[in-house]
Amino acid sequence: MSTLVIADHDNSELGSATLVAVTAAQKLGGDVTVLVAGEGSQAVADAAAKVEGVAKVLHADDAAYGHGVAENLAPLIEGLAGDYENIVAPATSMGKNVMPRVAAKLDIQQISDIIAINDDGSFDRPTYAGNAIATVKTSDAKKVITVRGTAFDKANAEGGSASVEAVSGPGDSGKTEFVSAEIAESERPELTSASVIVSGGRALQSGENFEKYIEPLADKLGAAIGASRAAVDAGYVPNDYQVGQTGKIVAPEVYIAIGISGAIQHLAGMKDSKTIIAINKDEDAPIFQVADYGLVADLYEAVPELTSKL
Amino acid sequence: MKILVPVKRVIDYNVKPRIKSDQSGVDLANVKMSMNPFDEIAVEEAVRLKEAGTAEEVVVVSIGEQKAQETLRTGLAMGADRGILVVTEDMPEPLGIAKILAKITEEESPDLVILGKQAIDDDSNQVGQMLAALLGWSQGTFASKLEQDGDKLKVTREIDGGLETLALSTPAIVTTDLRLNEPRYASLPNIMKAKKKPIDEKTAADFGVDISPRLETLKVTEPPKREAGEIVPDVDTLVAKLKEMGVAA
Repeated sequence: MSTLVIADHDNSELGSATLVAVTAAQKLGGDVTVLVAGEGSQAVADAAAKVEGVAKVLHADDAAYGHGVAENLAPLIEGLAGDYENIVAPATSMGKNVMPRVAAKLDIQQISDIIAINDDGSFDRPTYAGNAIATVKTSDAKKVITVRGTAFDKANAEGGSASVEAVSGPGDSGKTEFVSAEIAESERPELTSASVIVSGGRALQSGENFEKYIEPLADKLGAAIGASRAAVDAGYVPNDYQVGQTGKIVAPEVYIAIGISGAIQHLAGMKDSKTIIAINKDEDAPIFQVADYGLVADLYEAVPELTSKL
Repeated sequence: MKILVPVKRVIDYNVKPRIKSDQSGVDLANVKMSMNPFDEIAVEEAVRLKEAGTAEEVVVVSIGEQKAQETLRTGLAMGADRGILVVTEDMPEPLGIAKILAKITEEESPDLVILGKQAIDDDSNQVGQMLAALLGWSQGTFASKLEQDGDKLKVTREIDGGLETLALSTPAIVTTDLRLNEPRYASLPNIMKAKKKPIDEKTAADFGVDISPRLETLKVTEPPKREAGEIVPDVDTLVAKLKEMGVAA
């Protein structure tokens, strides 16, 4: 038994979701190999080699792999797949984009977004926006799996000493060209790996109020900033702030929901947080049904007070 | 340009799914069903391309039970020209769906296939990418913007941390994210007109592909419930709690 984990990275750092995928791979049993495909990505290959539990790192460094273009990446993975029983990736936008392409070419029914690996070889995965957990078993000899980034612990980033082996694939498919990326530069922790998240909803009423009320509190707590779909749709904050079934799935130590009513869609994205705190002036808001600590108050008074007292 | 838009009949977005007591799945008896919301966005985008003169024909296709015809009618009322219904006994898995769609795509030779990024029932997020793989086409997944640029399609994608723009060679596959557009409501005259638009009915067997399931669902259960905690009286108590948790100094 052996597993190939596809690393998610930005050519300089190994994404924390990859560490979660490594833990899932270890649970499957057998040796764990990590594929780092990128451009100028030696630092990532070196980091992957240090991850505890990783036996080997395959490093494919080529301009074709620099931006994770699925049409280029999938044939590389297909070429390596023969040696492994399981091919695993984090369910990040990279994993979601690339893995079904690999699975279809290998005639495998992918198992998406797993949250548990059971002793009988079955997997749990959320369906219906997290309202129904399906336990599924596959008859495919080889498995293609994506792993929810909050479902397993992160593997230790230090402690391993895997060998790094250079590999190459077919390179550029010529089908798709990377044009540009707009990645928000931020001093704040990344939303999906932050230990504290301060999230704002429609009650914030404007982008200015996000700056005035949410940001100072997040600064005090060293927190990432999230938002409900309503706040994103209203244009208060960019799309990538959205926490929810169709946005980011998060599970921080502390999630502070401010002016968020708690639609099913939103709860699906944050209800695995260790502690949930809600501030809302509507005492009947559904968010209070999942919150460990609720404060029924006007956010415009309570949040500045909270910020000043921390 | 000809555009193919696969659409799925799913539980309505606003209905809370109820799990059957024998844990065999979600109870869909007498539950309101609708077009998958991401597929509505796909139909809307295709119809807009037609209205802009970029596309000449929009074909909607649905795979599943006979009642999926209603979902096709919704697409036709939104402005698609004709429909293809592929009737199957059980709902195939994403790989099976992709195989049927690959056959239909070969027959119809569209320049573009627009799909929803995922269905809100099984949340797999696979079919578009699988179809692209089987056809050997370019893919622009999770699209928030789509524009024609010479003989290329420029697709802006929602990715972790921001946005990314790709130039796809055509023919291509695009899957929709939430903010690509806001789908229209079909007007009554258009709903009436849609009743006269043609729907070609087929069965899965017509395509000669293996759609036998690979996954066995052992059980479907409710997620662990989160208990409501306590309502704190004031900000000071909240500050104390945050300090207890070691989050604040």
